[in-house]
Amino acid sequence: MKTLYEVAGLAMRYDGVTVLDVASLRFTAGEMVSVVGPNGAGKSTLLGIMAGLKTGYAGSCRFGEREVKDWPRRPFARAVSFVPQTLRLEFPFTAEQVVLMGRTPYCDGLFEAPEDHEAVERAMETTDTLAFRGRDFRTLSGGERQRVVLAAALAQEPRVLLLDEPTTFLDVKHQFGIQEILRGLSRDGGVLVVAATHDLNQAAAYSDRVVVLDRGRVVADGAPGEALRPDVLERVFGVAARVETMEDGLLWIRFGTGPRGEARP
Amino acid sequence: MKLLESRRSALAAAALAVVAVAVAAPLVGPAPVDLERVWAGVSPDAEIFYYARLPRVLLALVAGGALAVTGVLFQALVRDALADPYVLGVAGGASLGAVLAICFGWSGGAGVSGVWLAASAGAAAALLLVLAIATQGGRMSSFTLLLAGITINSICAAAILFLHNIVEFSRSFVVLRWLMGGTQPVEYSTVGWLALVGAAVLVVTMYRARDWNLLAVGEEWAAARGVAVQRLMMTGFIAGSLLTGAVTAITGPIGFVGLIVPHALRLRWGADHRFLIPAAFLAGAAFLAVCDTVARTVMAPAEIPVGVITAMLGGPFFIALLRSRRRSLWL
Repeated sequence: MKTLYEVAGLAMRYDGVTVLDVASLRFTAGEMVSVVGPNGAGKSTLLGIMAGLKTGYAGSCRFGEREVKDWPRRPFARAVSFVPQTLRLEFPFTAEQVVLMGRTPYCDGLFEAPEDHEAVERAMETTDTLAFRGRDFRTLSGGERQRVVLAAALAQEPRVLLLDEPTTFLDVKHQFGIQEILRGLSRDGGVLVVAATHDLNQAAAYSDRVVVLDRGRVVADGAPGEALRPDVLERVFGVAARVETMEDGLLWIRFGTGPRGEARP
Repeated sequence: MKLLESRRSALAAAALAVVAVAVAAPLVGPAPVDLERVWAGVSPDAEIFYYARLPRVLLALVAGGALAVTGVLFQALVRDALADPYVLGVAGGASLGAVLAICFGWSGGAGVSGVWLAASAGAAAALLLVLAIATQGGRMSSFTLLLAGITINSICAAAILFLHNIVEFSRSFVVLRWLMGGTQPVEYSTVGWLALVGAAVLVVTMYRARDWNLLAVGEEWAAARGVAVQRLMMTGFIAGSLLTGAVTAITGPIGFVGLIVPHALRLRWGADHRFLIPAAFLAGAAFLAVCDTVARTVMAPAEIPVGVITAMLGGPFFIALLRSRRRSLWL
């Protein structure tokens, strides 16, 4: 498959503190990748750089034939879409208006074309958000908002989807729903999906590949079975971890030991 | 109100209201004026209509529209529905300039008043100062913009208080009257220039009205969808400040218009800036012209500062609007 991102010697510092220091990473089309790690490991920073939102980095993060920060914004936005963890609105936009904003890189004039509305319709259908299309975004529940924001990203029809904790606020049914959508995009659409997540079991179940970050460095990178090893998890998260293979072949990760999951072995 | 459900008919209604006010307001006043006699050019009806009232009504229309549009822009820029056209420092600068001119008796020249010149210079200085503080390496931060504006306003307010304290009594009254804000009969050319600036700002911001929607959601949100955020913020701030500065130099600060009008429109028709920008201009224009008519008639021949009327009419209306919403979405 085609390489989309090529990261080499990528570093990000805030006030002299290094929050990201990645020697080498590569992402190819159609992959479904989870980025995991404790708080402050650099997950959001890595996604932010790849999304072109944090441009003050050192080293190289190339997308296609160009460095991310050198891309003109509109063509880049047609290729890469970023889904923030939360979206807080001050003003009364409806859910549909928020999704329509995803079509911005395709809109030249003041108004959307019919194909823009079709894309929005499809995206809202896929994310199960059509029922509240006319409602004020601020009145929606956390999970409904998250699906609307995802719909906006889908309406962008990108080749790369970068998500910061996409399923945090979702109920179980919609967690699975979103994961199925993302998997469909990567399998059938050839979309590169990179998601930062805290849910290791979901990462294990749905990803082709897991990247483990710790204090800004990549400490493991590979198929879920290779990357999510007990020794890696214990070192990174500082909590005893067990990894079991269930009868259906999926990994089951459990933290702690003993009946109440005491932290230390 | 079913008729006003769609944004298009609301825009048309607002445009009609502006035309109606422009024709009707100059007929209202202590001296009766007959439209037929005005049309025929009979004295004194024609003089009162064309020289005393119409320019003032036109000024109120342009000023009201300008303040409401700037309100919309600045609220989106700092993502705060409680921001008004004055929050980014321009009113402070203009007021300090005007107060300096009044206190030191600057007379100006070449047919322009010293107060107007000084107020314009003050507004421009405040704009440049806030711009310099809020940009770093060519990038602008809306948070710093807000803080810089508030700081400049506070410094100017302190200086005004100081001047007001040391100046003789008759001038102190003029200072106070200027700070209350108000419209007055002006030259047609003044209104013309102001309208030109207003039209330019409308064109520039309408052209990017779709992008303003994304900026109103967030800077990252807009940037991730291909909007040239820095350029948009810079244009919005400079255009809004120029317009407010130009208006404030003539009318002094007039509160509430830039706050109430955008808010009322959003409550009923939503936040789409493709509607909001033109609608705010029209509704703001009609609102201030009506308030100004009330200000010069209820206690005639005495005049009430129009800022008092905007607050007294607008405030309760605003509260009623907020209460009428079943869900409280305001804050």
